[in-house]
Amino acid sequence: MLKIKNLKADIDSKSILNNFNLEIKPGEVHAIMGPNGSGKSTLSNILSGKKGYKVSGEVLFENKNLFELETEERAHKGIFLAFQYPLEIPGVNTNIFLKTSLNAIRKANGEKELDAIEFLKLVKLKAKNLKFDEEKLNRQLNVGFSGGEKKKNEILQMSILNPKLSILDETDSGLDIDALKTVAAGVNSLRKNDNSFLIITHYQRLLDYIKPDYVHVLMNGKIIKSGGPELALELENKGYENFN
Amino acid sequence: MREKQIDKLKDYKYGFTTDIENIRAPKGLNKEVIEFISKAKKEPKWMLDWRMKAFERLKNLKEPNWQKPKYPKIDYQDIYYYSAPKSTSEKPKNIDELDPKLLETYKKLGIPLQEQQRLNGIAVDAVFDSVSVATTFKDKLNEVGVIFCSISEAIQKHPELVKKYIGSVIPLTDHYFATLNSAVFTDGSFVYIPPGVRCPMELSTYFRINASQTGQFERTLIIADKGSYVSYLEGCTAPMRDENQLHAANVELIALDDAEIKYSTVQNWYPGDEDGKGGIYNFVTKRGLCKGINSKISWTQVETGSAITWKYPSCILQGDNSIGEFYSIAITNNHQKADTGTKMIHLGKNTKSKIISKGISAGFSDMTYRGLVDISSKAKNSTNYTQCDSLLMGNKCGAHTVPYIKNKNPESNIAHEATTSKISEEQLHYCQQRGLNPEEAVGLIVNGFCKEVLQQLPMEFAVEAQKLVGISLEGSVG
Repeated sequence: MLKIKNLKADIDSKSILNNFNLEIKPGEVHAIMGPNGSGKSTLSNILSGKKGYKVSGEVLFENKNLFELETEERAHKGIFLAFQYPLEIPGVNTNIFLKTSLNAIRKANGEKELDAIEFLKLVKLKAKNLKFDEEKLNRQLNVGFSGGEKKKNEILQMSILNPKLSILDETDSGLDIDALKTVAAGVNSLRKNDNSFLIITHYQRLLDYIKPDYVHVLMNGKIIKSGGPELALELENKGYENFN
Repeated sequence: MREKQIDKLKDYKYGFTTDIENIRAPKGLNKEVIEFISKAKKEPKWMLDWRMKAFERLKNLKEPNWQKPKYPKIDYQDIYYYSAPKSTSEKPKNIDELDPKLLETYKKLGIPLQEQQRLNGIAVDAVFDSVSVATTFKDKLNEVGVIFCSISEAIQKHPELVKKYIGSVIPLTDHYFATLNSAVFTDGSFVYIPPGVRCPMELSTYFRINASQTGQFERTLIIADKGSYVSYLEGCTAPMRDENQLHAANVELIALDDAEIKYSTVQNWYPGDEDGKGGIYNFVTKRGLCKGINSKISWTQVETGSAITWKYPSCILQGDNSIGEFYSIAITNNHQKADTGTKMIHLGKNTKSKIISKGISAGFSDMTYRGLVDISSKAKNSTNYTQCDSLLMGNKCGAHTVPYIKNKNPESNIAHEATTSKISEEQLHYCQQRGLNPEEAVGLIVNGFCKEVLQQLPMEFAVEAQKLVGISLEGSVG
């Protein structure tokens, strides 16, 4: 599904990612762990299409060159990024944002757009599963939401858009233990044979609830070690500094 | 990353011209032309005298020049002051007798005038160049005593009302453009709502400049008698021409005791091309008088068109407990310029005013909010709340806020809030990551920014205005 070969990324002529390689197959859950400044957020930015980076190497998504696609075209093809810091958009109703987003993606894929009633039915169900306060859906997007609500809102959007590849950028940071469990349950309910996940995190604790197939350790812009879930535990015990 | 080609500017949808035979007054501004206009409208002598008084006064007036957008000198002798489709010289008895070309024009503009296709629940007065060509739903309005007709017709049929109120809010001697309008105004709408009547439908006037080298000087007069209510909407478009055309309208509103007037404008005159060539000079005087106690006047404007927009829809709060409101969205793109805002003059006791202004500038454009809040010494216990928000797109445009605040009454209260923000790259990226293209993303963010004002528009027009907001900013990202 996703193949990254020799990815190199610079910002302001500072090298962030270097010789980065990763392959994710359909149905797999990969976790990337790394200390601050290791290049985790750069990776999610580049995969989602954020401007401002100088990139080289190859990133294929379903055998298509990702660098030839605009941000929204990547979204249309099924790439979703749960943002580390979800943005506030004043004056824009959350439901309307969600519906606009869903219909933009459906339209791009030649599917019928949902009308207000069909959409509300869908969103109600998903919000209930995530224990997301429905009343908040009528508020301005992320305005006045707590940190946890913002993160849950990202997962709600993910569950409505039903993407092929979901990238979770430090979704666990700032969540209390109950919220963490709800978010993890939301992710788990979306796991299917053809959906993949890339979970970016500092800590092992999220991985107690979402069992990854692979864990990668990212340091200084490249993956220094890959393994199974046990690698996360090892990392937790040793700390990043002593890991090398 | 691949650069996507974004069309620099969507064609101005209303930029077509209608090929129609005109009757015109000779070019230039002089007594003969004013007599020509008055005669063409079959006006009584008092009206011609009034025009002449304005013309005399005009000779001693100079154009104001304190505004931010400057413009090349206008040659007032090089303008046609009157242009009318030939086919309307004998006024058709009903709409079905109208020149099919005119019907087609309004249909293209989305304003069907014919019986079978009329907009549901909205009465329309259509003004083409200098004349009103049709007014719909007249009979239905007559039943409840509402008068809705062209100002020319009102001058003939309801002289007592026109005489009493015309120039009562914008005096003949007010300022250059208002006085020019008083001398040469050609047509416009007249509304009278009798005491205690709630107007059963939205009233709307649709202005269209078609002929070249022609100025449009319309005059609108709305009187809401005691305890009545009316909601009125005006829309404006013009063909694309590389010349600048002058539009200097006067709008006067009068609300008597317990009456309410809601006046909405969706202004989409041709803004000129990408390089700032052509477009309308929209120099308009709009003023409402809350004459009676407990009266209310509310202005809502969505200003997206014109090369230069220069206007301050204002409220004079004369009656005790009267309320004035001003809700504005002004958008400038490319080389457009706007200097707009409002004046709230508090004279009566317990008067309240509210100003919500949203300015959006993109491209090389320049936007100024200019507003006056004046609370007189007699206006005890009065309040004003002002909120001015500016949104900038790109780094070649400008936004300015110039509030004038005068409070001569210690028991009264004025609050002013202002913000300036930019659409952030992060917001755009977030929306794009959710599948919206850059233009859809900007449309969504900007509509969110304008929401408080869009909500004030009548339902039927809110959707249209929302789309217009998006279209006006097309080509401003990328």
